[in-house]
Amino acid sequence: MGLQESLASKKFVVTSEIGPPKGIHIQEMLADADLLRGRVEAINVTDLQSSVMRLGSLAVCHLLQEKGLEPILQMTCRDRNRLALQADLLSASVLGIENVLALTGDYASLGDHPQSKPVFDLDSVSLLSVIKTLETGTDMVGNPLSGAPKFFAGAVVNPGGNPVEAQIFKMEKKIKAGASFFQTQAVYDVGAFEKFMKRVAPLKVPVLAGIILLKSAGMARFMNKNVAGVFVPEPLIQKMAKTEDRVKTSIEIAADLIKDLKGLCQGVHIMPIGWESKVPAVLDAVKL
Amino acid sequence: MLLSQQKPLEEILSFLDGEKNIFILGCNGCAEASGTGGRPQVLEMKEALEKAGKKVTGFSVVDFLCQKALVQSRLRGKAKEVKAANSILAMTCGVGVQAVAAVSNKVTHPACNTLPLGGIRGEWQGSERCWECGDCVLDLTGGICPLTACSKFLLNGACGGTTKEGKCEVDPEMECGWRLIYEKLEKLGQLEKLRQIYEPKDHSKMMPPKGLRLSERWALEQGK
Repeated sequence: MGLQESLASKKFVVTSEIGPPKGIHIQEMLADADLLRGRVEAINVTDLQSSVMRLGSLAVCHLLQEKGLEPILQMTCRDRNRLALQADLLSASVLGIENVLALTGDYASLGDHPQSKPVFDLDSVSLLSVIKTLETGTDMVGNPLSGAPKFFAGAVVNPGGNPVEAQIFKMEKKIKAGASFFQTQAVYDVGAFEKFMKRVAPLKVPVLAGIILLKSAGMARFMNKNVAGVFVPEPLIQKMAKTEDRVKTSIEIAADLIKDLKGLCQGVHIMPIGWESKVPAVLDAVKL
Repeated sequence: MLLSQQKPLEEILSFLDGEKNIFILGCNGCAEASGTGGRPQVLEMKEALEKAGKKVTGFSVVDFLCQKALVQSRLRGKAKEVKAANSILAMTCGVGVQAVAAVSNKVTHPACNTLPLGGIRGEWQGSERCWECGDCVLDLTGGICPLTACSKFLLNGACGGTTKEGKCEVDPEMECGWRLIYEKLEKLGQLEKLRQIYEPKDHSKMMPPKGLRLSERWALEQGK
């Protein structure tokens, strides 16, 4: 079953992601992806994550596809204008890539090329509209295409947004513009997430809660301070600070979160950020 | 100097949909020089609005609508007329509209588009900046410009990068523009405006119009 069918079947869906390397050595990344085979429905391939120049998402999605893994092409609006984004969507289509995650993208100055010109010609909402328009067989200004591509478009939402109401308004816009599923920013506070899910329940759209594997107490504190909308409660930080075995504790925390989230949303999206090899153990712990 | 051009009357009337009483503000600065917000244009607008069935509760032509303190004192002098109005129509550049929106608790509609001048500018504007995008969106955003107030110039709402303190993750000194817009719309009872999906900007409107390069702008540069 593919991502779209799995979400439609209402089963609990797991997605994960890999980040292309800075360079052309791809063996490690492909080995990481292989570890996810049969364990997740689909694998996000990040698009110059953290605004760092590296191997592109589209080529890596193609490699995964060739290996029989289902990719989700992440597309940000930071680096390409409307011509390039539409062209890459057509490129994805001819390569058989249908899952697209439309994002605004991190700001350019946060990465390793702060001198670059940030594009943001489209935003996440208008990119979703463009995807829908291409599917009708025309480009965004109405010129006919030879053939109509087919996509399965998703988007992101930050349940810890400030104010969260503004995030929900935008989430509704994204649905209107064509988003069929959502992946969220990392969730650690299940109580707060439950409140969020109650508010978005009327939207009736599948939501996959974001899980970032905690690597250390320091990482948790760093995220609390620097990553907008992420809040790691103090007891979890203490657990990581006191443990003898960080990997084991990290896996336990992620597994506990997934167990608690199971009744609240339609799945989880695990972002291992370098700890790809630990994902199977997390899924073992929750029998997924 | 900022160059403005009046929006089509139909667009202005669409902003005023459902509002009966309007207060008009003109500007004796750049808008007067552009022929878009001086006294004659304000009087024309008053007539046009009345013809369209609106009641103009009053009007004022202020020397520089971009000067917040000046706008505030002028509006105070017209408190009764302003209070009787559902909204203010500001016939001025994007800076002026934002300054009016910032000092009044009324919905402020832009009557003009601010045109790109290609770098010619004799002043540094304050917190209200204008991109001169040629297609003013301030009507939908509580009089706060998303192009200049948001680091990513997003048109459809905040990204996920608003910090706990409500700042922009790109620059902790900077307020999140979309949080400011959200709070202003909430205060104005206009949160519904957040549901509208903006089409991507037409960047061709951000080039100095050829006609202006050849005539008006040149005339302005020459002091004619």
